[in-house]
Amino acid sequence: MRRHLISAADLSRDDALLILDTADELAKISERSIKKLPTLRGRTVVNLFFEDSTRTRISFEAAAKRLSADVINFSAKGSSVSKGESLKDTALTLEAMGADAVVIRHSASGAPHRLAGWVRGSVVNAGDGTHEHPTQALLDAFTMRRRLGSLEGRRVAIVGDVLHSRVARSNVLLLATLGAEVTLVAPPTLFPVSVGSWPCEFSYDLDAVLPKSDVVMMLRVQRERMNAAFFPTEREYSRRYGLDRDRVARMPDHALVMHPGPMNRGMEIAAEVADSPRSTIVEQVANGVTARMAVLYLLLGGAELGGEN
Amino acid sequence: MNDRTQNSAGGRGGFLIRGARLLGGEATDILVRDGVVAAIGRGLQAPGDAEVVEAAGLVALPGLVDLHTHLREPGREDAETVATGTRAAALGGYTAVHAMANTEPVADTAGVVEQVWRLGQEAGHCDVQPVGAVTVGLAGESLAELGAMADSAARVRVFSDDGKCVSDAVLMRRALEYVKAFDGVIAQHAQEPRLTVGAQMNEGAVSGRLGLTGWPAVAEEAVIARDCLLAAHVGSRLHVCHVSTAGSVEIIRWAKSKGWDVTAEVTPHHLLLTDDLVEDSPVGSYNPIYKVNPPLRTHADVQALREALADGTIDCVATDHAPHPVEDKETEWAAAAMGMIGLETALPVVQEAMVDTGLLDWAGVAERMSYAPARIGRLTGHGRPIEVGEPANITLYDPAVRAAVDPAGYASKSRNTPYEGRTLPGRVVATFLRGRPTVLDGKLA
Ligand SMILES: [Zn+2]
Repeated sequence: MRRHLISAADLSRDDALLILDTADELAKISERSIKKLPTLRGRTVVNLFFEDSTRTRISFEAAAKRLSADVINFSAKGSSVSKGESLKDTALTLEAMGADAVVIRHSASGAPHRLAGWVRGSVVNAGDGTHEHPTQALLDAFTMRRRLGSLEGRRVAIVGDVLHSRVARSNVLLLATLGAEVTLVAPPTLFPVSVGSWPCEFSYDLDAVLPKSDVVMMLRVQRERMNAAFFPTEREYSRRYGLDRDRVARMPDHALVMHPGPMNRGMEIAAEVADSPRSTIVEQVANGVTARMAVLYLLLGGAELGGEN
Repeated sequence: MNDRTQNSAGGRGGFLIRGARLLGGEATDILVRDGVVAAIGRGLQAPGDAEVVEAAGLVALPGLVDLHTHLREPGREDAETVATGTRAAALGGYTAVHAMANTEPVADTAGVVEQVWRLGQEAGHCDVQPVGAVTVGLAGESLAELGAMADSAARVRVFSDDGKCVSDAVLMRRALEYVKAFDGVIAQHAQEPRLTVGAQMNEGAVSGRLGLTGWPAVAEEAVIARDCLLAAHVGSRLHVCHVSTAGSVEIIRWAKSKGWDVTAEVTPHHLLLTDDLVEDSPVGSYNPIYKVNPPLRTHADVQALREALADGTIDCVATDHAPHPVEDKETEWAAAAMGMIGLETALPVVQEAMVDTGLLDWAGVAERMSYAPARIGRLTGHGRPIEVGEPANITLYDPAVRAAVDPAGYASKSRNTPYEGRTLPGRVVATFLRGRPTVLDGKLA
């Protein structure tokens, strides 16, 4: 493993499988009576959040604490990107505090890359702008693997705002590494112009893709995209790209419905679909902690697993 | 004193440049006296009071002229001043630079352009020719007093809202028409603003992977096409700033084939650097040292730009020297300022991209870095051949050396160069401004 986890592309197939296998081990341990492991005792993990995301921050915090690391939450929200005053200064402060790992969420794509150049500890990307969110991809892969077994040859449809989605970018890279076949589905305005060069297929037609999908992952659509003319109306988007009961009926019986959250119920996903047994949405949240534990454990080289409890 | 000059007369009696290669290729001596070229020939005798500059192996170029320099004064003296910027220019072999109007306050009145012009005179390192803003405050809403700037002591002939595009078609038409009265030219920063909202880098494979908002080539090309048509319609001169795409080249080629009075420039960095450096470079990913407006494009664009500069579709090289203090670059990509410095590396970069590749000879470099920009800017005392009786604006350049770029020694106040640590060919050995050395032995005289 490299020192940092900034992009899903940083992970070789062996790295990715190691993380998923480690997460499996950790999940087994978590099912035992004592949830806390001493493996990262004495290590400091800083959650550096320039952008609000309570869900992701809590997930990383829980992961670090279950491994007995000291956690410092550093919310730098309000530091505006337009002035860009503080990322380097903040990095130097974290250095002085002896952070072993910095988990960074930032509205600017590439901020974790810059940070990695300024700190000695490991940098974990918890979402940067419209670039990547690699631990989300890991938890998604972990969730799929638990439900479906090996991802080799599995067909995954990722539906929605691919252009602005860090979740889609990371998932495409990681799933390709793990041997799954990904098809991105969106209106043409919500693809990057270069999507043809990505390691996946793409389609404008959700109904054509659904019957051959083992997993359908719905992406959150920001309502403000409508004002920028990415699509005409919410209603039209929902009709063409929303996942409702009729569309779910066209999916194979074993197929899963995923969503990274938070959802716009009724927009990209119908409430009854989100709450159906096919949906892994609640599981994804729990698996997020486990997958992040595995990442922190492996990056920080903690003591051996399973030895104590 | 330095190792290339003998005799301690300090040049008051003139200079004998011995053994420099003229553009035809042959080595000869050049005697400079009283600010002009007094004699050219082999075996010239130095008058007793003349300093001798040994120039064997050096190329003698006409003093370089930049159509596009940001000197930042007034307003951003923390990034550059007229004095520091013109020192950098002299070290780069320039004897004249056009100072862009996006200062604070904007150079949109006779008062500001005269101030900049006088600061250049006082600094004395090279001539500073101010560019006037096209619109008041670069706001793109109403025409600045173009005539007053033209009539001022600064004698402005180039007008540009550079940094911003004159995107309103009617305003652009009126500006093109209006400057005909004093033989002015509108230098357009072609960037359709609606197509580049939030744009961070060239729109393509790399921006898609990096999740940076794309800056499409068509945002530049659409404005160039429109402006060529407008310039043709009203019979005016249009100059296109920093052309960056293969499509822009095609449009300009087409406009020139129609006989329209359209000229264009390309920056050194667009002749050498590509957008994949944003993803992968010796200084890591997302390093804003590569963030520039217009953005670095693809290898195919670079190839098209080189060919267009070689065949004359693009008339000249202009640096777009854009100094920024370090804190404006040591940040995340989206927050960083756009631009890179370029005066001190322009000639080496052009050598690497154009001369060492066989696309241009030194006469071609003289045309594109001296004659053409002086002609477009209507500078009469610059961009002249090195001939007897001409003003002695001369750059002596050693194309044989190769060295790693070390900006620590740069005269520019800013250090935002993408070439740090990279090996580039060539070195400016001396620069003469009307017979007076501004640079000798690679150092400020
Ligand atoms: Zn510009």
